[in-house]
Amino acid sequence: MSASTPTLEAATAPPRSSSPPAPPVRRTRRPVPNAVLGTAGLLGFLLLLELVPRLGIVNPAYLPPFSEMVRALVTQAGDAVFWEALSATLRGWALGLAIALAAGVVVGVVLGSSTFLREATATTVEFLRPIPSVALIPVVVLLFGSSMTSTLLLVVYASFWQVLVQVVYGVQDIDPVAHETARSYRLSTWRRIRTVVWPTVMPYAMTGFRLAAAVALILEITGELIIGSPGLGRIIALAQSAGAVENMYALVLVTGLIGVAVNLLARAVERRALHWHPSIRGAAS
Amino acid sequence: MTGAATDVVRRALLALTLPVVLVATWWFATAGSTSFYWPPLADIATAFTETWTGERIAADVLPSLVRLTTGLAIAIVLGVAGGLLIGSSRVLRAVLEPPMELLRAIPPPVLVPVIMLFAGIGDGMKVAVIASGCVWPVLLNTVEGVRGVDPVLRETARSYRLGGARRVRVLLLRAASPQIMAGARQALAIGVILMVISEMFAATNGLGFTIVQFQRSFAIPQMWSGVILLGLIGVALSLLFKLVERRVLGWYHGLRAAQRKA
Repeated sequence: MSASTPTLEAATAPPRSSSPPAPPVRRTRRPVPNAVLGTAGLLGFLLLLELVPRLGIVNPAYLPPFSEMVRALVTQAGDAVFWEALSATLRGWALGLAIALAAGVVVGVVLGSSTFLREATATTVEFLRPIPSVALIPVVVLLFGSSMTSTLLLVVYASFWQVLVQVVYGVQDIDPVAHETARSYRLSTWRRIRTVVWPTVMPYAMTGFRLAAAVALILEITGELIIGSPGLGRIIALAQSAGAVENMYALVLVTGLIGVAVNLLARAVERRALHWHPSIRGAAS
Repeated sequence: MTGAATDVVRRALLALTLPVVLVATWWFATAGSTSFYWPPLADIATAFTETWTGERIAADVLPSLVRLTTGLAIAIVLGVAGGLLIGSSRVLRAVLEPPMELLRAIPPPVLVPVIMLFAGIGDGMKVAVIASGCVWPVLLNTVEGVRGVDPVLRETARSYRLGGARRVRVLLLRAASPQIMAGARQALAIGVILMVISEMFAATNGLGFTIVQFQRSFAIPQMWSGVILLGLIGVALSLLFKLVERRVLGWYHGLRAAQRKA
């Protein structure tokens, strides 16, 4: 949670710094810092989660109090099943994302560099991209059963398009002057890709990466839930059919925390990889 | 004249060649196929017309689409209303950001078993799943959109004493609409996923349910036809969305184009 505060502060910084008489304002009315408000919000949310079932506003059989969820989580943390599922989910996510990223960048740079290829593939991409990847579930189940491969294919299919589309946009955004200069200096293809194409495409690829990271997690969990491949989704489905409501909620919270971690990680990677880029340099200073 | 005409022909050729080649490859590669999993595309086409015409449209396709539209509509209304409220107040935004970050990060598919507890396996469950999964992109985008309203516009609205509903309609909604539409586009993609998997997980009708039934009973050409239908629905919805967006954001795209020219 603490890492989300700097972004908020960075986002609100410009208006504050643009009003020069800062000290007198601070003396008269000191605003409560965002970090304090955020912590209060989170605590309030958890308190609500505890009190709503305790006071009987919602049937505790459907929504157990937060403390029960935590207890169920602690119990499960002592079980190897939980850790195996967690590592299966993370492995599937990371592998699928890596494949989609590599394929998306390579295909995107190739398609983006040639007007002919771009125009020739545009309709096909526009047709394949909105196909919901879950439509492929029956096909992959038929071909690969409830194995990790089935889910991996869904993850790769869904996240590939996110990266591809961004990279194709990025390649089109290359400064024509830089491109022509590289050509006049007769830079080799490889060097041109490294010094001209890559720096322009990088911010787009990072946006694609950030979007793909979230999509990949959604599809990873979906696959486990519906297909029954190993992972957190499967043990959520098992807890649900066994009526172990506290366990189910505990696991749902874990997937939420993984989601938060994935978002923060993606943002951190983006900031790190683009530390030289004006958009990040401007926000940091 | 002829130059423009040949250009149109060239573009049409470029746009159509690859899809035609791909479909033809599929058609001929599977033409004499005796493989159980990869039936000839001709058989799939026959199965498609037999399966998805007549009563199945009313029995399976329509219920799915009705759930999707209802869920999406609820998500958009709640998301925009909540976003206007949260986006207008710094304190509210700061208080609600951490819980919202957590809730939005929960992968929407795990909501299916959770909401099943409350709502059983009927239509209500599916609509609730779709609405609760789709509300986050709309909500967060609306918050960002409201926060990013041009200060000059804001002050102008104040000087003209625009208040209440008029301020929301003329200033906030208008200024935030590009972001709201971006959120709605994400919500649409998530909604289609949730529609299908809530039906695959537990249902008695609907597209997802029917396709899984075909797969479990090894009605392979029918299953393929269902997969293709889902794909077509995804494509049709995204085209429909583009049309709506062009209408709603016509002023915005025009403005952007004018700014770029200047």
